[in-house]
Amino acid sequence: MSKANLLGRRDVVTQLLSDRKGAIVVGGLGASTYDIAAAGDHDRNFYLWGAMGGAVMIGLGVALAQPQLPVVVITGDGEMLMGMGSLATVGLQKPGNLTIIVLDNEVYGETGGQASHTAGNVDLIGVARACGIADARSISTMAEVEAFKPSMQDVSGGPRFVSIKIDSANLERVLASRDGSFIVTRIRGALGFGPI
Amino acid sequence: MHARNDASSETAPDNTPSWPEDIFAILQRFDVRQVPYVPDAGHSQLIDRVLATPSMRAVPLTTEEEGVALLAGAWAGGQRGVLLMQSSGVGNCVNMFSLAQIFRLPFLTLVTMRGEWGEFNPWQVPMGSSTAGVFELSGIKVLRASHAGEVREVVEAAAGQAYNACTPTAVLLSQRLIGAKVFTK
Repeated sequence: MSKANLLGRRDVVTQLLSDRKGAIVVGGLGASTYDIAAAGDHDRNFYLWGAMGGAVMIGLGVALAQPQLPVVVITGDGEMLMGMGSLATVGLQKPGNLTIIVLDNEVYGETGGQASHTAGNVDLIGVARACGIADARSISTMAEVEAFKPSMQDVSGGPRFVSIKIDSANLERVLASRDGSFIVTRIRGALGFGPI
Repeated sequence: MHARNDASSETAPDNTPSWPEDIFAILQRFDVRQVPYVPDAGHSQLIDRVLATPSMRAVPLTTEEEGVALLAGAWAGGQRGVLLMQSSGVGNCVNMFSLAQIFRLPFLTLVTMRGEWGEFNPWQVPMGSSTAGVFELSGIKVLRASHAGEVREVVEAAAGQAYNACTPTAVLLSQRLIGAKVFTK
């Protein structure tokens, strides 16, 4: 399945999250959440195991609440397609601290590798730009990933949208916590908010 | 958006109902900061108040389910929110309502009802009839206000149990309260 000229998803996410500082990272359900876990468990990781289509909006909620912190949403093309309207909502709010990264393998990898719309003529970067996210770009090399990484820390330059074409290899799952209450309570704790 | 026929007898002399102001005051008192909404005529007065308030962030949505996810992120980031929508939007949220249980969210939504009490448009009736059931099946408590005089105490109770006890709660604002939408003269 994997094509030699496409990036490996784990390499990309590990590189993006190294030296993440205070960033809060939201992972879309499925492989993106496993990628974030594989890069190392962190008390500011927001793992999703469901709520398909909700990753960007969860990121927006955190970003509006914590405008001084970088917020990074890492999700897949299928999850992004289900929440495409949220790009319009982000485009209107323009949170400077929000970065959206789509790991685009053009398939629904969790369910047998069926083609997604991005394998056809859907251009998510064009969608993001048309929704008012001016900084919308494609990345295809690790050098570009490394060059892009520091911009995620700039909390006034967003919102940013990045599509990274990755190979569609199904990797071993790295299971993060799937206890939602724990995940949210841990993030809140890391930000200084106690339990009710 | 269309204006509604104001069915309430408890209105200010300028014909502006006072209950949206009651709701706004409660949201301020509970330090609600993020207010996602899909517009509805019944919420228009409250939306205008929120848009004019710097401490609150009004977030217009393309579909109501976005608001459920937004409030999950807001809570993780330390802020409370409330989702404003119409009954027809409740069905759009069903899978996303999982978040209210999974995260034990202090989830509050205020829903203006259609499809009841003198409804003109039959297309509103199916979703309006199942709105309360959809919430209950989704593990969200349902309170209802049908008269202007009870809005304050109902919304106060809902906000209290949502924010203090992390009990996901919906308030249905009856069409009887808001007035049936007028399509013909």
